[in-house]
Amino acid sequence: MTTAELLNGIEFDKDGYMVDAGAWTPEIAEALAAEEGITLTDRHWVVINFARQEYAANGDAPTIRRITKRTDVSTKELYQLFPDGPAKQAARIAGLPKPTGCI
Amino acid sequence: MKTLLILGGGTGGTMVANRMHELLDSSQWRIIVVDRDEMHYYQPGFLFIPFGVYKPHEVVRPKRNFLPSDVEVVFSDIELIEPDKNQVRLAKDNRVIQYDYLVIATGSHIRPDEIEGMLDGGGWQKNIFDFYTLQGATKLADFLRTWEGGRLVLHVAEMPIKCPVAPLEFVFLADWFFHERGIRDKVEIVYSTPLSGAFTKPQATAVLGDLLARKGIDLVADFNISEVDNSKQVIKSWDGREVPYDLLVTIPTNMGAEVIERSEMGDDLNFVPADKHTLQSTQWENVWIIGDAGNVPASKAGSVAHFMLDVVVENILRHIDGLPPRPDFDGHANCFIETGFDKAVLIDFNYETEPLPGKYPLPGIGPLSLLKETHANHWGKLTFRWLYWNVLLKGGEIPVSSQMLMAGKWAS
Ligand SMILES: Cc1cc2nc3c(=O)[nH]c(=O)nc-3n(C[C@H](O)[C@H](O)[C@H](O)COP(=O)(O)OP(=O)(O)OC[C@H]3O[C@@H](n4cnc5c(N)ncnc54)[C@H](O)[C@@H]3O)c2cc1C
Repeated sequence: MTTAELLNGIEFDKDGYMVDAGAWTPEIAEALAAEEGITLTDRHWVVINFARQEYAANGDAPTIRRITKRTDVSTKELYQLFPDGPAKQAARIAGLPKPTGCI
Repeated sequence: MKTLLILGGGTGGTMVANRMHELLDSSQWRIIVVDRDEMHYYQPGFLFIPFGVYKPHEVVRPKRNFLPSDVEVVFSDIELIEPDKNQVRLAKDNRVIQYDYLVIATGSHIRPDEIEGMLDGGGWQKNIFDFYTLQGATKLADFLRTWEGGRLVLHVAEMPIKCPVAPLEFVFLADWFFHERGIRDKVEIVYSTPLSGAFTKPQATAVLGDLLARKGIDLVADFNISEVDNSKQVIKSWDGREVPYDLLVTIPTNMGAEVIERSEMGDDLNFVPADKHTLQSTQWENVWIIGDAGNVPASKAGSVAHFMLDVVVENILRHIDGLPPRPDFDGHANCFIETGFDKAVLIDFNYETEPLPGKYPLPGIGPLSLLKETHANHWGKLTFRWLYWNVLLKGGEIPVSSQMLMAGKWAS
């Protein structure tokens, strides 16, 4: 299946985040990453897996601070992995809703 | 004898102590407030100090003056909270206090040490200042009195911060201040934020972004600071951008009290997890939060603490009677945003509804206008200091309901 075909059957919200986190697969992550110009490495997967785990536990994608506190990925590396804003980009690739952020 | 123990005697803790003192039977209950600082600070006043509008003595009063005489007040550092044992350890005399109910009101404070180069780069309180502490605001006032101009950069490190509109107010007031001093043409003002626009909520972002532009204030968006390099006088972002400054006004990371971390009761920013509607701790049913100390996704503001008051008090009384808590807190916040030249904007919002235009508090009449710059709003903001000292802290009623009302708002 091509990337386009893979993503075709999936519902996204207006900001491009998956509506149903349950429909996510690692293949979808590869396809979404490709759209953002990212080729996923093991280090990306540390972040993506952590983000999914956090979402399952707390119902919210993790903040940058949380990712760097709870994994061995530093803030600097996180920005290298996800240059367009790690919290949002990692959440999108992990098939999670846009992080709610703060008021 | 039962004990209601309140940690922190700032805005939230003082209000709870006063209200509970009226409601609990003093033959059965004792109320204890613990705080390390004998002085109460009117923090909203800190904003005006750098510009000489308020003098430091106008924003400080002894805490004791705002608490009933038969509430026990202990001035001490809180060492450790042990919620599994229903007890709290104090630094003073190694005292241990057993409680039946605990209210955590230890607030939030700035942590400039969280940003590389902020404290140790040689510029701290020379050309880098905060105004979220009385000391920082006072030093900045001294600096501004003789500053002849240059590039003023205000940066917000990361969200959440208390009073999320205060940084915007600061640059609006700076614009006014330099106009008055006749040197506005010698000052560049830059507003740098990790957000994608001036504020978090769409309609308010549009209005406030427009105000920034009209006042000639540059917006640097999506800027997540990685370090301050004071040898080059630039702040750097994680994605490699640099913003040069002559004068840096910082809103560092805001965090909850260290005692929350020591007691392993907080999240990554030391805020205490609590139910966002009942304000009860998610882990201990006799532990409650008010004000900035909790992790609820409401604004960290004195007005919010006031709207939380009714809910916390009601729910503790219900718990005493064996009833379940009511999910009545809706995230209600209202903030005056000073915009300079004796004008202000007022915003009113909650968890579900973003700030909308309209009239407040009386639908259609006002006298205050929502999401619009007016003189009446400015006088409202200045009156707030009087209300704060004389009504709010005493847990008194102001003619505004705790839950947000949609009447009077123009939701198109
Ligand atoms: C510059 C500025 C402008 C603001 N403007 C506005 C505004 O216009 N409108 C508005 O509504 N709000 C405004 N705020 C926010 C408002 O001041 C706070 O949200 C409010 O004071 C929070 O109340 P609180 O009770 O949670 O915390 P606080 O009032 O900060 O009280 C916390 C208390 O806990 C004590 N404490 C903490 N840790 C310990 C410990 N380990 N041992 C002993 N004591 C401890 C502290 O000494 C303090 O007295 C502003 C804040 C700032 C800084």
